[in-house]
Parts: sequence; structure tokens; C-alpha cells
Amino acid sequence: MSKDFTVHLKYWRQNGPDAKGFFEERTLNTVNEHMSFLEMLDVLNEELQLEGKEPVEFDYDCREGICGCCNLVINGQAHGPKGGTPTCQVHMYNYKDGDTIVIEPPRAAAFPVIKDLVVDRSAFDRIIEAGGYVSVKTGSAEEANTHPVEKHKSDTAFDYATCIGCGACVAACPNASASLFTGAKIAHLGLMPQGEVERSKRVVAMVDQMEAEGFGDCSNFGECEAVCPQEISISAIAEMRKDYVKAVFS
Amino acid sequence: MKLDSKVPEGPLEEKWSEYKKNMKLVAPNNRRKYEVIIVGTGLAGGAAAASLAEMGYKVKSFCIQDSARRAHSIAAQGGINAAKNYPNDGDSIYRLFYDTIKGGDYRAREANVYRLAEVSNNIIDQAVAQGVPFAREYSGLLANRSFGGAQVSRTFYARGQTGQQLLLGAYQAMMRQVQEGGIEYYTRHEMLDVVMIDGQARGIVTRDLVSGEIKSFEADAVILATGGYGNVFYLSTNAKNSNATAAWRAHKKGALFANPCYVQVHPTCIPVSGDYQSKLTLMSESLRNDGRVWVPRKKGDDRHPNDIPEEERYYYLEERYPSFGNLVPRDVASRNAKMVCDDGLGVGETGLAVYLDFRDAIKRDGRDTISAKYGNLFDMYANITGENPYERPMRIYPAVHYTMGGLWVDYNLMTNIPGLFSAGEANFSDHGANRLGASALMQGLSDGYFVLPATIGNYLADVKPGTRYGTDHEEFKKAEAEAQAEIDKLLNIKGKRTIIDFHRTLGKIVWDKIGISRNKEGLEEAIKEIQALREEFWTNVFVPGDKNNYNKYLEYAFRLADYFELAELMAKDALQREESCGCHLREEYQTEEGEALRNDKDFAYVAAWEYQGVNGELKTTMHKEDLNFEFVELKQRSYK
Repeated sequence: MSKDFTVHLKYWRQNGPDAKGFFEERTLNTVNEHMSFLEMLDVLNEELQLEGKEPVEFDYDCREGICGCCNLVINGQAHGPKGGTPTCQVHMYNYKDGDTIVIEPPRAAAFPVIKDLVVDRSAFDRIIEAGGYVSVKTGSAEEANTHPVEKHKSDTAFDYATCIGCGACVAACPNASASLFTGAKIAHLGLMPQGEVERSKRVVAMVDQMEAEGFGDCSNFGECEAVCPQEISISAIAEMRKDYVKAVFS
Repeated sequence: MKLDSKVPEGPLEEKWSEYKKNMKLVAPNNRRKYEVIIVGTGLAGGAAAASLAEMGYKVKSFCIQDSARRAHSIAAQGGINAAKNYPNDGDSIYRLFYDTIKGGDYRAREANVYRLAEVSNNIIDQAVAQGVPFAREYSGLLANRSFGGAQVSRTFYARGQTGQQLLLGAYQAMMRQVQEGGIEYYTRHEMLDVVMIDGQARGIVTRDLVSGEIKSFEADAVILATGGYGNVFYLSTNAKNSNATAAWRAHKKGALFANPCYVQVHPTCIPVSGDYQSKLTLMSESLRNDGRVWVPRKKGDDRHPNDIPEEERYYYLEERYPSFGNLVPRDVASRNAKMVCDDGLGVGETGLAVYLDFRDAIKRDGRDTISAKYGNLFDMYANITGENPYERPMRIYPAVHYTMGGLWVDYNLMTNIPGLFSAGEANFSDHGANRLGASALMQGLSDGYFVLPATIGNYLADVKPGTRYGTDHEEFKKAEAEAQAEIDKLLNIKGKRTIIDFHRTLGKIVWDKIGISRNKEGLEEAIKEIQALREEFWTNVFVPGDKNNYNKYLEYAFRLADYFELAELMAKDALQREESCGCHLREEYQTEEGEALRNDKDFAYVAAWEYQGVNGELKTTMHKEDLNFEFVELKQRSYK
């Protein structure tokens, strides 16, 4: 059997959006290399509960890398050390005996803490609500093969559409900008002929909403692209800016 | 109780158009006077919310996650079937219908399945119009691929993320309606009860998962699109928060629960590595096209797999099923993997895994070819296990994947409670005893985009517009008080065992005795063990924290409380079904070659259960809906 090892954890505790947060520390001696990072936190929570203590709250759902719920900042890096994966796909074989692991929520004014490591990302919903769609009613669609879409365009649109809405881009950005998230949707729909009609209206509405939510602007640091679990290209932001300038000045 | 399926009269091909011709309508100016509650925002719930709001109904949408976009439909990989026949390979609505009903081993309703096949093409049109980036050919036209259980290429896909792309399409359509005021949108809200007034569903009671507040919402109809119950097993491919609570609470209020024993197990998942394991990850079945499944012939052979010589390897699928070999159907592959592991031949640290070996395929086709076909799956496996599948055989094991059973609904997708509807995986209607690949997405979207928008109107046309009792009505207050009392009770037990410990123990009973194969003795034992564990749960569970705050373990505790009852119902249902069909294998009912033996004479019915309370044991009564096959001929499956 693979041997258990020890890690020293420092994790964020905060009882609500207005409460003062702090780091709690605990050493965990029963870590196994096959555990996922979130399973390691499950084990921590089992230990805490067996001592009658409150577990640490963190967000998760599918645990297979696609729902976008998990979004921990681990040792200062959104989604931890691996790159190209969300937190749930980080496994403990990435750590060794005696390591110290610091776990924080993604920090941004637009993502207020709900409890401990759980934040409110409803701002993302409101950005999509502002215009991240094609206005087609159910039942009014034409036959699917009516308009061919060049394969490379459709494939590129898919690359942008693959965003899981986790918010790592915001957590990693020095300006806490949501430009990669917003740009990815604008670029996806902009590349598809079905999204063309509303293109100008969409970009203005979504960018305005992003600002209204308190996200910062983009200064081309590129941190978002580096941490994105879906490896979405920063060119999404260029597409967004291009569309925005066209929409405002034409 | 007489179960009326309300299937329209007439030829199969004309039933749905006849229905639409004759259904009652609500005029556009009246629609805004009706409120519809939709619980769940997956493909079925999200699509229904968007579509009904577009029509002018006032929709209230609820989900437990922080956004509608997180619903577990997002994790579906493979694709979505439709009878477009773009490849010109002989597909048709009838053939999609026939494959689906045959795949379900003749335990689904003909009329529902035909309608599903009929609207499948509209779903693809709708998704494309929303800008869903499906895979395309160089011509720019939509691409198709083939999938299990079919002889035609009818599956549309968006790489390995078809569920994600279709869900985001529905989610975006839904968010457009949120902006336009047609949908009131409630995230991190969990439904704890359905409220009935004068025999009709009139609303729900929810818990705000952030503040803990118990709140009521009133409406003229309630739709439950809350997914399946695979998490009863503790370990499954379901998302961790997927649960049966909404459906089960509706069941406790009188909605019948149909065919709970029909559970699909997927053969190619990454195996469990230890007790801490929280989730099983599915890998596409396509791996079995080139991988060879084996275990060592000798018990406890702990040599490196590559050091085990050919003659000491037991390629059990190839030996037992010479004509299909490694490509036997899902249930057969799953069952055999469990059998060899139960015989002590399993591999890996836990002994609960078999090898899926690509050595010969790599030798034959070269590493590059194998990598081009399966590269992303190999990467996923390597990431999770830390092992390189190009150099060492993968370890795989079956895992619970989808539940065909669910709330009983009629042709309108309405439960036996007037005004309470159920859609998607939450209902039982279309997959019989086994679901074909790429059909879950089709059913969710069919229900949400095309069936409910017709049938909800047909129901509401008979409800007086603007009927309001107010959430101060005694039925709401009573349901709120009960929900609160259960939460208080759970928090006050302050026992010694954790919630996960109980769930893991329950999952093991269900997996061992109500899992891949069942027998009378095991099912009777399971019922006793579940009852004893449930008793202990209610006296010895530790639920941390308090009720007026975000408390995920409290949510978990009341979902688990419902699993304890549902698990017992699954066992009872499996016990009464003295035949093998689809995913339900009763060991007593097999052919001499060990194949499933269906009994159409005695068991061609839907078992719909009525809840009558729990007092040490679950009291329940079975009602039968006979399945009359007017249009297809019933045949036995064979893959020898």
C-alpha cells in the first residue's frame, strides 16, 4: 500500500461576508498520494468533526473538472500547482511529506466571501444575463444544416466556449478583471454566424455589466491565461476589445 | 389506484401531432397570470424555464448550486442522438425509436419513446441556433459519430463536452429570460417539500443554503427536474451535490416512484484507490475498442502486469463471449468485472479493479495512432492515478452512472399529483430498464424544450388564472414547520459517527446487494441492514454547525436521510421483479449461458410505488402500469 504522509495546512476561515477572516492551522498526518486535493480536505473535515469542531466550507460539485464550482487558491496560485486543471483535478502526489499548503478563497471585491473558502460568483451570471446569448426562441430555429460554419471557426468558437466559469482568471488577475471570462463568451458567440446579429449590442452590454460588478480592467498581465483550467487563450480579450471599439465608434 | 398513462389514441406516428392538435391552450395575454415553479436547472429544467418564460408564463427557477450553469448535465461527455439521417445511412425516427425501446429491454412506454425520437431533430436545430459549437466536417456541415447500441451514425457532439455545450445553450437562453423579467432566479436554494392545496401541487418550501432561511413559494404548477439518484451508492459518477431529496419529498407527499431498481452501471471507470475516495470518474467506453480486459489467472499475483506471461493472463471477456469479446454491452462487461474480483482475481491495492491493456494495440497500430484516438483519456487517467497507461495497463472498475427509475409520470410528464410534473432523469419515462448512450441529453432537452411547453399549457388551461392562496396558507406553514423540525432534529442528535461514514456504509450495502447483480437472499439482507443503519443514523449521526448559516454538511445530512428510505425502496423493487431485464440482473433468472432472462408474460409492467410512511421499515404499496406493446415485437437480446 502507498504510505500516508504529513502536510501542514493553513486555511482561510471567515464566518460571513462581513466577518473578519483569519488563517487556521492544522497538521494532517493521513494524506495519501492518490487522494485528490478536495478529498484531502474531506479528510480534514472528518477529523474536525470527530473532535466536535466545525468543518471548513469549500465549493465543489462534479469533481471531474467541468462544473466550475471548485476554485481554491493554493499557495498563492489559482487552482494550485498543476496548470490547465481546476482544483478538483489536483492530486496529492503533487506534494511531499512535510509540505506546507496555504489555502485561500479566490479574492476579488466582486466575489464576496460567503463562508470560509466559499465565495459568491453571481456577478458572472449577471454578465451573461446582460447579453451572453443568442436571442432565439424555442421552436423558431431553422434546419440545423442551413448555414455551414467553417470548421476552423467552429473549432475556435468551441475553444472559447469551453470556459467553466470558475473565476480563476479573476483570482489571478492583479486587477481582479473578469475580461477573460467575458471575452471568452463574446469571442465564442462572435465567431458563430448565429451570434452575428447581436454582436455589437452584446459586447457593450456585457462589458458595461462587468464594470458595474466591480471587476477591474485588463492590463495584459496574462495571469488569467496562465491559470485557466481550460487553457483559454488571452486572444479572447483582444476579440472583445476589437468588438467593443467597433461597436462604440461605428 | 388506477394508473392512467393518458397516451393518445391512434397510430404511433400520429399520437404526438394528434395530442398537439387537440390540446388546450392558454392565450398569450393570460399566460402572465400563471406562475410555474421549476426546480433544477439542468438540460430539462433549464430548457423548460427558458421556453415557458419565452411563451409568457411567470417562471420561478431554483437550483442548489451557485449558478444554473453548474447542473450535472454539464458533465455528459459523449453526445446527443437525433434522427437527422445526415450520413444517409438508413436512420429514421422509427429506427431511433426502435433502438431506444429495444435498448431499454422493452420496459418503457412506446408512445413516450416515439415522441422522444420525433422531437430529437428539433433539439439539434434549436441548439445550433443558440450558437452551440458542435463538431463539423470540413464542408462546414454538422458531423456525426456512432455510439453503442445502434447501427447508424446519429450522434451529434462537441468534442468530449457535449453536455457542457448544450447546457450552456439552455443556461444562456434562461439568463436572457432572467434579464427580461420572465424568470425569477433563485440559486443556492434547496427544495424541501411540495405543498398541495385541495389535491393540487401549489408550491414548494425551500431552504436558502446561504442564510438557512426556510421560505415558501406559490405557483400554479411545479416541475421537478432534479436529476437522478445515483448518489445513493455513495460512490458514483454523479456530481457530489446531485441528490434525490426533491423527488423523494414529492414521493412522500403522494407522487409515485417508478422502477427504482433500474440503475445503470458503467464498465470503464477509474477504480477506487482508498476509503477517502469521494467520486468515480468515467472514461469513455470507446476504450474497449482497442483495449483488452484481463486479470491474472492466479489469485494474489502481485507481479508487475507486464511481467505476467500471456498464458497466465485471463482474458475473461474474450474467453466467455468469443464473438463480442471486449465489446460486450455495458451491463455484461460490468457484471463480469465484478465476478472476477469477487473471485479474488482483482488487481491493484484494493483488489477491486481489472486491467484494460493497450499493449497489443500499441504494438499493432503504433503509439501515435493510439494516442490520436484516446490521448485525452490517457492523459486524464495519468493525471488521476499518476500511472502511464502507454506503459502499464489501465486499471478499471464499473461505477454507477445513471438511474432509469424516477417519479412516475403520464404522457404529459405529470405525476399522479395534479400540477406536479417531472422531467429529465428525475422521471422514469423513456429509457425502460436500460438507457442507450447519447440518449440522456436528448431526453432532458426534449422534455424541457418541446414536451412541457405543450403539456403545461394543456394543464393550466383548466386552472383559474390568478388563483392565489398565499404562502400564509396553513399547508405552507405546516410544510415549513416540518422542514424546520427535521433540520432541528438532525442538528440535535450530536452523535458519534460522521455523515460521510454513514453514507459510505450505506453505499457499500447498496453496491454489494442492490448493485450489478441481485438475488433474493441478498436483497432481503440489504433491507434489514438498511433499516438497522437508518435507525442508527437517527440516533448517532453528528451534524456540525448551525442552521442559520452556510452549512454543507447539514444539506448533506438531510439528503442522506432520504437515501436511507430510497435505498430500501430500491431493494423492495428489485425483490419483486423476478426476472432479469436491462440493467436489472436477478441471479435466479438467467439462461444456462448466464444471460439475462426476461419474463414478458409476468413483468411487462412499470412498478410504481406509493409511500406509506417509515416505522422501522418502509411501508409502501406497488401499483402496476401494464406496458402494452402495440407496435414493436418483443425479442430477447443475445451477444454470444
